[in-house]
Amino acid sequence: MTRLILRRLALLVPTLLGLSVLLFLWVRALPGGPATALLGERATPDAVARINELYGFDRPLPQQYVTWLGQLLQGNFGVSTRTGRPVLDEFMSRFPATIELSLVALLVAVGVGIPLGYVAARRQGRLVDHAAVVTSLLGVTIPVFFLAFLLKWLFAVQLGWFPSAGRQDPAMVATHPTGFYVLDGLATREWDASWDALVHLVLPALALGTIPLAIIARITRASVIDVQHADYVRTARAKGLSPTHVRGRVILHNAMLPVSTTIGLQIGLLLSGAVLTETVFAFPGVGKFLADAVFNLDYAVLQGFILLIAVVYALVNLAVDVSYGLIDPRMRTR
Amino acid sequence: MVGLALTACAASDRDTGGDDDGATDGGRDTFIFAASGDPSSLDPAFASDGETFRVARQIFEGLVGVEPGTADPAPLLAESWDVSDDGLEYTFTLKEGVTFHDGTAFDGDAVCANFERWNNFTGVLQSESLSYYWQKVNGGFASSDVESLNGTGKYESCEAPDAGTAVVHLRSPLPELVSALSLPAFAMQSPTALEKYDADGVTGDGEAPVLPEYATGHPTGTGPFVFESWSPGEEVVLSAYEDYWGEQGQVRRIVFPIISDATARRQALQAGDIDGYDLVGPADVVALEEAGFQIVNREPFNVLYLGMNQGNPDLADLRVRQAIAHAINKEALVAQTLPEGTEVATNFVPPSVAGWNADVATYDYDPDKARALLAEAGRSALTIDFNYPTNVSRPYMPTPEQVFTAIEADLEAVGITVNAVPDPWNPEYLDRIQGGADHGLHLLGWTGDYNDTYNFIGVFFGGTSNEWGFDNPELFAAINDARYVADLDAQTEAYEAANAAILDFLPGVPLAHPVPSLAFKADVRGYPASPVQDEVYNVITLGD
Repeated sequence: MTRLILRRLALLVPTLLGLSVLLFLWVRALPGGPATALLGERATPDAVARINELYGFDRPLPQQYVTWLGQLLQGNFGVSTRTGRPVLDEFMSRFPATIELSLVALLVAVGVGIPLGYVAARRQGRLVDHAAVVTSLLGVTIPVFFLAFLLKWLFAVQLGWFPSAGRQDPAMVATHPTGFYVLDGLATREWDASWDALVHLVLPALALGTIPLAIIARITRASVIDVQHADYVRTARAKGLSPTHVRGRVILHNAMLPVSTTIGLQIGLLLSGAVLTETVFAFPGVGKFLADAVFNLDYAVLQGFILLIAVVYALVNLAVDVSYGLIDPRMRTR
Repeated sequence: MVGLALTACAASDRDTGGDDDGATDGGRDTFIFAASGDPSSLDPAFASDGETFRVARQIFEGLVGVEPGTADPAPLLAESWDVSDDGLEYTFTLKEGVTFHDGTAFDGDAVCANFERWNNFTGVLQSESLSYYWQKVNGGFASSDVESLNGTGKYESCEAPDAGTAVVHLRSPLPELVSALSLPAFAMQSPTALEKYDADGVTGDGEAPVLPEYATGHPTGTGPFVFESWSPGEEVVLSAYEDYWGEQGQVRRIVFPIISDATARRQALQAGDIDGYDLVGPADVVALEEAGFQIVNREPFNVLYLGMNQGNPDLADLRVRQAIAHAINKEALVAQTLPEGTEVATNFVPPSVAGWNADVATYDYDPDKARALLAEAGRSALTIDFNYPTNVSRPYMPTPEQVFTAIEADLEAVGITVNAVPDPWNPEYLDRIQGGADHGLHLLGWTGDYNDTYNFIGVFFGGTSNEWGFDNPELFAAINDARYVADLDAQTEAYEAANAAILDFLPGVPLAHPVPSLAFKADVRGYPASPVQDEVYNVITLGD
């Protein structure tokens, strides 16, 4: 197992290196440059030239890349041209928001998706099953931003049940030692702040979690249908095991392997979906900052954030692979 | 039991500041105003954008303010000022009993420390993305590696004969100085705090400047609100300054949540999450009003114009430019495409600016005359590129596509074939208009910074440019000379003459001065709408 982890980590190095080249070229292929974005509509060519010189954007691309890579290797992700603060600081200060949102979204997706898929499979061909299939099909096909917009329009603007933007009511004074607002409120005993943060998470998490929910439900359904007709399930029943034991320990346990792979893959989807969801709900996480960076042509942020997200994605996938070992003993020997 | 008691203490230590708590006058005391972006820095000397200035105006004050609701200079930290006859010496008499937020006194030495600081910016600090306004107004620094900025400034020195006086000496006249001092970029900052938090310690690692502690967390001014916190991308929070010299007012806390999307700002207001926001889209005004929200208009301090690039041979012919001006029905354009209250423009400056001239050539709507002029120029079958930006809303140009469509129809009516060239605003559109010669007719504009004609026509026509494609030394000289006429009446006359000359030469057609709108909850009262956005929130009242 340790060897597997080490090998996967070693493989990460060339992957990230390749990604860094692609990222670097993609960012520089965007029309315009940070100087025009910084200086605005009355930028004189002189001023643009001076900004480019100051920030080194006038140097040859290979030289710029080597400089950037050299700094990266020292853990320096550069500085945001828009905010003048280190990219790593910007990322770390926003990451808790995105983790919090993604976790709640994942909780919704798993908490509703697995039971829904399981119930549909057990009632295969009946009304419940058809309803679940149609619902999950809708969930997969609806674009995240549209759903986010719809949820916001209905529940925030029209009905006023939930806030339309942000992580915390601006009128509320709360302390945030960790940046995980819900936990912060619990830790500092500011219950109202914690509750308020949770209320702010509801709509974005629903928008973000719906697609993974639908996918998890479909995979669970298919997997359970597959497993429940397997020989070993029949054997388990024939041995006289209680139906509860067969359902829980035999069917569900075995059906979970493909589902856990799917859950791992959904985490990547959550991170990319966060860009859209956070933008619609003005939710100050990594995704919104990244979206703003595109409009401001903030090279360092675009490169740094995407690279950091790639590292997170890779590590999460590794963790998922390791978790197979815990679910399926056969994996441990491979 | 002890645990419970501790919990109670911890909870009660916290100021809830919510809707019903901590109010002073029976109403709310937290004002929540949505910003469209983060401040670029908390140190206003390093800023030139509206979102930074909006925050800075609450924390800082300058020597000079503006008369409420106008762009005219008025006393603020300086109770009065006296300008010598040669225009080289400005003596400011300072308000007494004013303290900075760190408790240090505001006095003549503090004023001089600020002037000296601006003039002695070096290295990265001389980047136009940081010290833009000092460069624009003063024209240079004490010393610089850049030839055009090296010792070329108007500012010479500053002295404080006593605590209540500051005297600024100039090398040559700069009549716009007093107006310019109302900009937050020239607000007074605590010299002690500037030094303590290393305000000029902007470091760079080759890619971008890294702002020092002062500009990210310790702005220290004399204004009615003290900086509390800034969570980039999320919010800026200010609280009332207990020792403020003026009236503190009802608002004890200001929160600027950052909501970059325009629709999201409107929805946040509709959902009751915020008290107000700026730059309301014209299409939203009626709906918001019907839903019970207040719309507050600023007096326009901007201009929207149709540029005519003379790099294009057809447009280099004055008769063609005149024909285009006569072809456009400005009244209809304003009525159909711009917010209610928008004024038709005749000058390239708004009427509230001193050099505005009522007697310029106006080119009234006259399609027959337009056709005749085109025929006279031998260009009756003219085809012309018309550039306009897409998916953008500027304060002076809320809906460029609609403006384009209206003008296109007017031009086609007099026989001009329009070749539409739409581009995304930034960088494509701006690059095309300002970075090269490949454009024809185009829509652009400007919102002024302070009450000064040069701030408009100098920006547009101060010298040759890609945008306009002409070289008219006589016109350039008329504008640039007027800038440094020491006597204000003589200067106003010179600017009026320059405006008349511009409209005779007709490099473009001034179209309108569109009204910018803000929207608020029904119980927000007394918002001090200002043409130059000098809006400080201590005068606002909230609640019933």
